[in-house]
Amino acid sequence: MTTIETNTNGYVVGSTLERVLKAGHFAVTGELGPPQSADGDEIREKAALLKGLVDGVNITDNQTAIVRMSSIGAGTIVVQEGLEPIIQMTCRDRNRLAIQSDLLGAYALGMRNLLCLSGDHQKFGNHPTAKNVFDMDSVQLVKMVTDMRDECIFQCGDALKGQEPRFFIGAASAPFADPIDFRPYRLAKKINAGADFIQTQLVYDVEAFDRFMEKVRELGLHEKTYILAGVGPLKSPGMARYMKNNVPGILVPDEIIERMTAAGKPWADIKKDELTREDKRARSKVWRDEGIQVCIDLIQQLREIKGVAGVHIMAIEWEKAVKPIVEGAGLYPRPTVKEPVTQ
Amino acid sequence: MIIAERKPLDEIKTLVDDAQKVLVVGCGTCVTVCFAGGSREAQITAASLRMSTKLDGNGKNVGDVTVQRQCEWEYLDEIKDQVEDADMVLSLGCGIGVQAIAEHFPESWVVPGLNTTFLGIPSEQGVWEERCAACGDCILGLTGGICPIARCSKSLLNGPCGGSEAGHCEIDPDVPCAWQLIYDRLSSKDKLHVILDLQPPKNWSTSRDGGPRKIVREDLRLKAEEA
Ligand code: SF4
Ligand code: SF4
Repeated sequence: MTTIETNTNGYVVGSTLERVLKAGHFAVTGELGPPQSADGDEIREKAALLKGLVDGVNITDNQTAIVRMSSIGAGTIVVQEGLEPIIQMTCRDRNRLAIQSDLLGAYALGMRNLLCLSGDHQKFGNHPTAKNVFDMDSVQLVKMVTDMRDECIFQCGDALKGQEPRFFIGAASAPFADPIDFRPYRLAKKINAGADFIQTQLVYDVEAFDRFMEKVRELGLHEKTYILAGVGPLKSPGMARYMKNNVPGILVPDEIIERMTAAGKPWADIKKDELTREDKRARSKVWRDEGIQVCIDLIQQLREIKGVAGVHIMAIEWEKAVKPIVEGAGLYPRPTVKEPVTQ
Repeated sequence: MIIAERKPLDEIKTLVDDAQKVLVVGCGTCVTVCFAGGSREAQITAASLRMSTKLDGNGKNVGDVTVQRQCEWEYLDEIKDQVEDADMVLSLGCGIGVQAIAEHFPESWVVPGLNTTFLGIPSEQGVWEERCAACGDCILGLTGGICPIARCSKSLLNGPCGGSEAGHCEIDPDVPCAWQLIYDRLSSKDKLHVILDLQPPKNWSTSRDGGPRKIVREDLRLKAEEA
């Protein structure tokens, strides 16, 4: 039997994200939503807004069950643009055959990071009458790709016949979803399955996140994986309230809603139908600036929490916000970690 | 048991449009218990069809009969003459009953009057809920007697997704999250360790994914031959 030798210079994979994390830098990842079209230029434009600001960029996989350009297709363009994609892969649309074959292709196309997700239910997407797959769940997916990389086997146990796909493997964590006491344990399952890094759901309530991290540290999980806390800029007080009330697993403290509301104070006494377009534009600008500032403040607080190895900035359809956030948080320029010289 | 719901009358009318003499066949088992296709529903459906087609100016001759179980040949034998006498059978059995009639009376034409919806339970008066997806490899022993295949919207095996909130599933506030139920039950029994181990991908070959399923019990077959 031949064993395949892959020179990774001591890294599992050697992706930028892995190198930055292993070197102990506070990592920054971003997110890019592919278009609902076959327009590659849209990816190029968004990639340009993120280039140099993040260590990796998540490419969503039919996010919210709405058909978009495939994550691997868009990721290929992102690679060409000189950014490192983090391919998202959900269990909703593909069975184990399709997932494995797509990932072989993704590796061959130059992708090195992967985020394993269950996937949003199709009910809320634009094809609610579709059949879902869910052949596996996200934990099993992590294990499958870890085995492909480390054991060079397919899920069925057969050996790969050649180069194995080597991904820096990520998984998601929803610290505030129910049953909340089980969340650190579910995270542990993902880590035991092989997750090299974790990206969390959006954090606005730092205190609650700190409690979650306390349990994570108690279980020693932060030493077995890299945890990137999810953050995202708010566009308005309405958006903050919507997330608080309608999005499962997201806690938005009242202080943040109040901060956003206070930013729009100059317009608060004007009746809704008396607001001019200029008023609305100016108010939106002020709200957005405040949203970016809130995000920067959150990053600074999260950075202080032991076991937080970086942040994942979710500014989907608002990629322009990433620059001021990364700069404002003092995370620019991004470090370059050279590959160690091989002996 | 098998839970079903009657199709809307308009759809039934379209299905039986070609026939002049229609026999509505109810079933005395599962669909009687869920008030979808028992003798009462068969009578009501027959009467509604008679009335409605009459109003349309094309009154049909619609009769009804109910057998104890549409899914067993011996009960179907009892209605042979009535079936053969009708232009069309409207079965108020589950999908199995409809197919049993088609198979048993190849000369006749049968259409479904019900939508067979799931394997479940009357959780309270007038409410039925799904409980089992007949996956062919029962794992209830690992999940405290609550099925994540049928009751988790994503059939997850390693715990709740991030959409679980206040006990309900992300797809609908009226749908309980199966994993919250499993978690609550296991923690109340001090058995949470059961769900901390990684569950490997399920073998779906015992499920519908393995193709149509069949069970042969040689022990029972032999006995039948001896008899
Ligand atoms: S595990 Fe399979 S057989 Fe058991 S209740 Fe669930 S679907 Fe039915
Ligand atoms: S919310 Fe609960 S029931 Fe719904 S898909 Fe997630 S784990 Fe399954």
